[in-house]
Formats: sequence, C-alpha cells, structure tokens
Amino acid sequence: MNLDSFLLMRHEMVLTIITLMVLIADLSFNEEKKIKVIWLATALFAINTIIGFLPNISGNLFGNMYKNTDLQWTMKNILNLGVLVVLLQSVEWLKSADNKYKISEFYLLVFSTLIGMQFMISSGSFLMLYLGLELATIPMAALAAYDRYRHHSAEAGIKLILSAAMSSAVLLLGITLIYGTTGSTYFDVVALKYANIPLQTLAFIFFFSGMAFKISLVPFHLWTADVYEGAPVNVTSYLSVISKGASAFILIIVLFTVFNSISMIWKPLLYIISVLTMTIGNLFAIRQQNMKRFLAFSSIAQAGFILLGIIGASSIGMTSVVYFVFVYIFSNLGAFGVVSVIYYKTQKENMDDYNGLYHTNPKLSLIMMLALFSLAGIPPVAGYFGKFFLFTAAASSGYYWLVFIAVLNATISLYYYLLVVKAMFINKSETPIAYFKTDVPAKIALSICVLGIFFIGFFSIIYQYLESISFGI
Amino acid sequence: MTNFSYTVLIPLIPLFVFLFVGLLGHKMKPIVSGLIGTCGLLIAAILSYFTAYQYFFNTEKIDGTYQKILAFNTIWLQFTEKLHVDLGVLIDPISVMMLIVVTTVSLMVHIYSIGYMKGEKGFARFYAFLSLFSFSMLGLVLATNIFQMYIFWELVGVSSFLLIGYYYEKPSAVSASKKAFIVTRFADLGFLIGILILSFNTGTFDFISLTNVNGAAILTGAGASFLGLSVMTWSLIFVFMGGAGKSAMFPLHIWLPDAMEGPTPVSALIHAATMVVAGVYLVARLFPVYAISAPDGLLVVAYVGSFSSLFAAVIACTQYDIKRVLAFSTMSQIGYMMVGLGVSKYGGEAGLGYMASMFHLFTHAMFKALLFLGAGAIIHAVHSNSMKDMGGLRKYLPITHITFLIACLTIAGVPFLSAFFSKDEILTAAFHHNMPIFIVQMFVAGLTAFYMFRLYFRIFWNKDTHYHHTPHEAPITMTFPLIFLAIASIFSGYIPFSQFVSSDGVPFHSELEWTVAIPSILVGLIGIGIAFVLYKKESASSQKIAISLKSFYVAIYNKFYFDEIYIFVTKKIIFNYISRPVAWFDRHIVDGFMNSIAWVTNAVSFRIKGFQSGQVQQYAFVFVSSAILLGIFFIYLYSI
Repeated sequence: MNLDSFLLMRHEMVLTIITLMVLIADLSFNEEKKIKVIWLATALFAINTIIGFLPNISGNLFGNMYKNTDLQWTMKNILNLGVLVVLLQSVEWLKSADNKYKISEFYLLVFSTLIGMQFMISSGSFLMLYLGLELATIPMAALAAYDRYRHHSAEAGIKLILSAAMSSAVLLLGITLIYGTTGSTYFDVVALKYANIPLQTLAFIFFFSGMAFKISLVPFHLWTADVYEGAPVNVTSYLSVISKGASAFILIIVLFTVFNSISMIWKPLLYIISVLTMTIGNLFAIRQQNMKRFLAFSSIAQAGFILLGIIGASSIGMTSVVYFVFVYIFSNLGAFGVVSVIYYKTQKENMDDYNGLYHTNPKLSLIMMLALFSLAGIPPVAGYFGKFFLFTAAASSGYYWLVFIAVLNATISLYYYLLVVKAMFINKSETPIAYFKTDVPAKIALSICVLGIFFIGFFSIIYQYLESISFGI
Repeated sequence: MTNFSYTVLIPLIPLFVFLFVGLLGHKMKPIVSGLIGTCGLLIAAILSYFTAYQYFFNTEKIDGTYQKILAFNTIWLQFTEKLHVDLGVLIDPISVMMLIVVTTVSLMVHIYSIGYMKGEKGFARFYAFLSLFSFSMLGLVLATNIFQMYIFWELVGVSSFLLIGYYYEKPSAVSASKKAFIVTRFADLGFLIGILILSFNTGTFDFISLTNVNGAAILTGAGASFLGLSVMTWSLIFVFMGGAGKSAMFPLHIWLPDAMEGPTPVSALIHAATMVVAGVYLVARLFPVYAISAPDGLLVVAYVGSFSSLFAAVIACTQYDIKRVLAFSTMSQIGYMMVGLGVSKYGGEAGLGYMASMFHLFTHAMFKALLFLGAGAIIHAVHSNSMKDMGGLRKYLPITHITFLIACLTIAGVPFLSAFFSKDEILTAAFHHNMPIFIVQMFVAGLTAFYMFRLYFRIFWNKDTHYHHTPHEAPITMTFPLIFLAIASIFSGYIPFSQFVSSDGVPFHSELEWTVAIPSILVGLIGIGIAFVLYKKESASSQKIAISLKSFYVAIYNKFYFDEIYIFVTKKIIFNYISRPVAWFDRHIVDGFMNSIAWVTNAVSFRIKGFQSGQVQQYAFVFVSSAILLGIFFIYLYSI
C-alpha cells in the first residue's frame, strides 16, 4: 500500500482518525471541559468535509473489495455535507444538562455509522457491504436510545435493534444464497454469473428486503414511525435523511452494477414497491399531528419517489436520484432543523403548536415554508427540479402510469405540507410560541439549507457534473 | 468591427441598483437611495451615449447599411436544435436610439424625483421600482429575439403596475394599477398568440433572421390563408394587439388616463416617454416583416393609429385634470407614430414614414416628459390636478412657465422646434401614401395645438386664482430636468435623423416638404388662436360652446363612455353568462370530484391505521412474510 491508496480511501481514513481524536479528547478532558468536545468534534468534522472535496482519485483497493470512483466520491461528499448540517443543529441540544456526560458518545456513534455508510458506498463485495451495513446500523440503535431515561427513546432504540436484526438476518440469508449460487461475494464476479433462475431471484429478493428496510420502503417500513418519533429530533433527522440517502445510493449502485442482468425482475418489483411506498407513506402522513412523525411518514413517501429514478435504469435515472437526494438532504434537514430548534426551546412538537408561528418567529416560519415547498416540489426551489428530473427519468423509460401515480401522490403530499404552512401563517392561536433567539450553529445550519434549497436548482452545473459521472445499465 | 459587449452593462446596472436599493433601501437614508439610483442611471446613460457615438460614427457600414450587431448572446432555454430562446443584446439604429431616449428621460426623472418625492413614505421603494422599470425597459429595447422582448415586456408591465399603485393606500391608485395591469395583460395574450403563430410559421424567434429581407422567414412568405388574410398577417395583427395594449391604442386605451394616479415623474417616464412607445418600437422592430409579408397588417396599424389619435385629441379638449389632458395627448401622439409606420413602405425614400415615426418618438419623448415634469412642478406648487384650481401661475413659476410654453409650442408644431420636423415628416409620408389619413392627421394637428394651449392658458393666464399659500417655484433638482428637456425639445429636431435611422438601414436624405409644412403650420396657428381667444382671459364663451354642443360635449367629457362599455361587457355579459356557469361547474363538478378523492383518501388513511400497531413482533411478521411473498411472486411470474 502506498500513499495513493490512503488518499483513495481518505473519507473513511480521516473520519476514523477524527473518531479516535474525539475519543481521546473525551478521556482527557475533565468534567467541566467536556462541553468543549462539541466544538472540537464539529470543527474536526468541518475539516473532514473540506478534505473530502479535494480532487478525487479513482481506483480499487484490497483486491476489488473497496472501490472508489467519482460517483462514489460525490455521494460521500453529499453525505458529509448533510452530516455537518446535522451536527450544527445538534449543538444546542447537546449542551443541555441531561446530555452533559454523554456528549462525545453522540459524536462517536454518528461518526461510526457514517464510516459504515461510506464503506457501504465504496464496497466491491457483499462482505464489505454487510460489514458496513452492521457498522451503520448497530450504533444507530444506540443513537435512537440516546435519551435512554426517556421512555420513548429507549423504546425506539430497542425497536430499531430488533427490527434491524431481523432485516440483517434476511439480508444475510440473501447474501448466503448469492454466494452459494455464484461461488463468490465479489460484485464483478457475481454480476457475470447472475441470471434469472429461481434461487438467485429469491436471493435477490431477500437482499433487496434488507436494503428496503434501511430505506424504509413499504412494506418493510413499519419500524420507521415508532423509531422516528421516539428518537431525539436530531437523531431522527440523521436517520431519515443521511441514513436513508446513503442506503438509496447503495441500492442504486448495487442494482445497476451487480443485478443488471435481472433488471426484468427488479423493475416490476420496484414498480410495485414504489407505488405502495408513495401511497401508503402519504396516507399515513396526512393524519399525523406530531411534527416528527409527520416528517417521518413524508420521508417514506419521498423514498417512493426516489425509486422512480432507479426504475429508469438509465444514466439520467442515476443522475436524478443522486441529485434528488442532494436536494432532499437540504430540504428535509431544513424542516427538521426548524422542528428541533422549536422543540428544544419550547418542548413543543405538535402541528397545533405551530399556529401563528409566523407572527412571533417570521424567519423560522419562512425557512420552514421554503423547506416544505422544496419537499413538495414547488418551483422555483430546488425540490421542484429534483422531482422534475426523477419524473423525467421514469417517463423517458416509458413508465407513464407510474409517473401519473407519482404526480397524484405529489399532489396529496402538497396538501399535508401546506397544512403546516397554513398553521404557521394563517391559523390564529391564543398561545403562539413566543419569540426566541435561535442559537448561532443552528442558524448557520439553517442558512446552509436555505442556500441549498435556493441555489442547487439554479446551478445547472451541478446537474451536469452529476450527469457526467453517472452510468446506466 | 467595434466590440459592443459592454452594452450588456446598460440594463444590468439598473438591475443591480434595484436589488441593492430594494433589499437594503429601508436601512439607508432616503436621499442615499435616491442618489444611488440616479448615479446608476447616470452611468447607464453615459454608456448609452458612448454606444451611440461608437455605433453611428465609429462602426463601418457594409454596403452603406447600418448593420445589426449581436453584441452579446447566450442561449437560455434550448428546446430543440433549431428552436431556442436566447438572452442577449442587439445593437442596431433603433435600439441605440431607444437607449438614448430611455436613459435620458429616466435620468431626468430620477433627478427630478429627488425633489418631487421628497418626504414621501417609501422613497427608497420608489427608487427601487424606478430602477426595476429602467432595467426592464432597457432589456426590452435591447432584446435579440421576440421571446426575450416578451419577457421584458411583462416586466415592464409589472413595474408599471407597481409604480401606478405606488400610493397603495389610495383606493383609486390601487384600482388604476389593477386596470392598467389587466388591460395590458389582456393585450399581451394577443401578443403571445402572435409570437407563437409567428415562430411556428417561421421557425425562429430571432429578430435578425426574422427581419432579414433575404432570409427564410420573409421569403417563405405568408403561409396558408385564413379568413382572407394570410397566417403571417394574422400573427402580426396579434403581435400588434400587444403593442396596442402597451401603447394605449383604441380600444385598449382605457388604462392610460387612470394610470395618472401614479406619481407624476412616473407618468413622465412610463406613461409618456418610454413604456407607452414600446408598441411603436415593437412594430418598428418587425417592420420589414410587416412591410413585405403582411402589408394588410400594416394597414391595420395605420388605421388604428389614426383613429386613436383623433379620438384622443377630441377627448383631450374637454378634460380638466391636467395630467389626463396630457395622457390623452400622449395617446394621440402615439397614434401619430403608428400612422407613420403604417403608411411607410420598405426601403429608401418610400421608408420616410418609418424614419419619421422614430423621429417623432424621439422628439415626443423629450417634450412630453417635459410637459409631465412641468405638470408635476405645477401640481407640486398648487396641490391640485384640476385646471379649475389654477390660473395666473406665470408670476409664481417663471421657469416652469417658460419651459412649459416651449413644450406646448413644440407639440403644436410651431416652426423650427423639434416636433415641427418630425410631425411634418409623418404628415408628408401620409400625404404621399394615404390621403384620407393625411386629412385626419392634419385635423388632429389643429386639435392638438388647441387643447395644448387651452391647457397652457388655463394654467398660466386666465383668471387670477386665490391660493391658500403662495405657490413657489420648485427646487433646482426639479427645474434642472425641465431646462434640460426644454433645450432638448428645441434642438432635437435638428438631428439629421434620416442619416441614422431608416427602414432598411441605408441612410437617405430627407427634406422638408413645404407643400405639407405650410398648411400644417397654419392649422397649428389656428388652433393656438382659438385657444387664445377662448382661454387667455376668463370668459364665458368656452362655456357657451360647451353648452351648445350639449350631449355631444358630455359624451366627449365622459370619454365616449368607453369605461362604462367595458364595465358593462365584463360585469354584465362576461360575468353573468360565462364566468357564472364556469364557476358553477368548477365548484360543483370539479371540486366535487376532487373532494370525493380527498374523502376516499382520508377514509383509507383512517382504515389502515391498524397496521402501525407499535408491536415489534407484528413488524417482524410483516417483514418476513412480505419478503417471502414477493420472492414467491417473482419466481413464479418472471422466472423462465
């Protein structure tokens, strides 16, 4: 291994070093200074994000176990940006007295899961993928149970770990069958030997179920609502945005590279799953009063839209998925950011509590409105372009009915997103949330989101770059 | 070839000023935002003058023709290989001329407003909108293609809407701004239809290829015929509908008098000198297409212009609100310009009307802006719009008086002032190509002289009105633009316009034709004479005339009841017989359908709540059984 090899996997390396540094800092700081870990970890992670953007080197490592291309580099950078926003939004929360003794745990767990996701993205073998998956899942359960003395949080943690164990088992069974039928776990070898025979189809379906669990596609989504509601807000946003985005990235890579020979199987599969996910996600989201639960279900529906891009199996489809996730990260983190700021200032998280918010906190309301508009896909904000490209990708492959159903669902989603906007701007309230000052890190995080929501759509260079590095099958 | 790429800055500077003042204006002192706006416009004006100098004197003509230069171009929307919408800057004689007009008048209005708008609430907002308007108008003028023009056309409409409704607390201003917007929007619908037909027919949006005499667009010619007119003619008539809306031509003129609710400098800039001539500019832009492919369309332009100019001049004789008199006078003068274009032919001497129309546009911008700004100074002093409250003001407002007189003499066509030349050339063109229109325009010339001097005498002479406080002359920021524009009104007639602007780009020589000029001078003098007799001193004879005309006078005074007709048509006919049924259909059928969908959605959503039980064992069961079911399903259905 020479220096280039290190550079090749610098995302994971630097992140590992940072994780260790946070650990050491936690051990060496005394009780009063613990709070400084927040700044240290955030600053280190910001540096990591910047390092990630340095020019990329493509190549393979460990005998094709680990791969890195421009596309994977971009995906990791997108995730890094998203995590940076999450970290900034968490600062105020971590400072609270309850969390005093476990600040660095939060960072260790988040960084570990992120390392797992990045290894998954770069994996060239099912074994690597599985290792990354476990690394990205098990600490996640600890994160969900972060407020362990709070009943809901503990419940979320145990539900997540049980469900994840279940899905891991099914996924591992799938991998076993793949190994059994092809004699290899390496993507390139498996891809050559994969065909439409019953056992391999079954293996694929099991593998897919495991991935669908991570992206919370219907009917593998049931854990989502309870975990999202129970976990602390910032963990929920991390789960529903970063973890979901990463899994979508991995799914598209695996489908396009490994399973491209059985696309006649997974296209109808995705068709069904996509319709189910969009529709059921929306139907549940309509009835939610709790903002976290509401965003959780809406994020299920959003995952259904992502499948529209994958199903096209073209390079436009891949571009549109990466682009959509990029936009989605900013939009959803913007919405979650506002929810978390309000929650930690006032402990309120119901939609009714947002009544009349505009009159007391106009800026937050405007950001929330922008984020929701972007999620709903209203032009000219970036979310519109994200959806537009997804629909184009599906339509250009001839899936007109699917696009039609998606458009109907987008309309339904518009309804419930606007419910929140209506609450903030139109509904009157006897006891609106009083004016408060948002802490500076959260302000920065929200500004990043607003910038993203506004500008990604207008800079066609982003889309063009993604297009240049994408591939279809 | 000279490099003109810097011209892109001319519209961009006002845009930046708009963004800057619009976003940060409330944090500055009012005067600062005014100065920023003025400085921005000053730079734009200097650049425009420089461009004009470069273009007319330092750029080589090819075969003695002024070339159309694409100074800057970028593809904005690519539909297909051939069809794309560009954004860019087109430099040719008329766009350069319009640059001068727009930046000069806009600069004067900026300076003037520092004095006029002093102490108004929302001073910065005013300047932000003024800059927005300047940006839009300059973008319109420099448009390289008809689609870009349409974009800026609408932007101009919006900024006009914002400025008319500047005093948004006044209900009349609000309704005037709405009226202006809706009427011009309606006209723009025609414009859009015209653009679509035209581009479908010719396959291009681009002005250069559209107006290329040897180009495909003109040579492929007219297309199929429909109702006796070719498709090309129809498309150009629709395009002209948009132009007629913005230029307040009959019957789309109803918004212009009401638009006087805006601050007076706005009226001077938008509703006298620049935006309202956009329609003329539009026709001039497409002139080769009109003249060669659709002479019938050009005839429509001529008759609409002629009728509007007569119609407006008659109404102007009866109005008391001084700004409304000026508004109708504007409409009448734009009618002149339309006539000029309408009677013109393409190329050489026969293109005299085209040149004269552009010439008149230029001189009119100067003297009409002067008239409005003068009216602004008067209103500033008297605090009233009605000439019934005025009289004998020459003693109090000496500078305003002199400059206003110069403007009145100019518009009346008194020899050796600018409009004398430009108007006479329009009359000459009409004389050679369309006799009936010539006679009408000659009559209108007399009416113009009459109503302008009625205005002048009623304001500055007539009875000595008693004022609550003595009117005083306006500050220097207001009088300087008056003096500047007065000088421009006197001398702009001596520009050898035919050397610069002509229908085919080839300079030609034009001379005053005395056979036309002498009668027009006489007609003008008669008009002034009648006004002198009736209004120099306070006298009852004008009232007597009005009474003797009775109902006819009342009809004119009420602008021939056009507003009432429109209200009748919209409220009684369209609302009752079209809107109501559509609304019923919408409310009961469409909404009912949608509501039932919503109801079903809601009901289903309620039913499936049970799935989310919160029990992990159930989740696991669903998970595993789904995976297995999907597996079986796909193995049986899709395996070979």
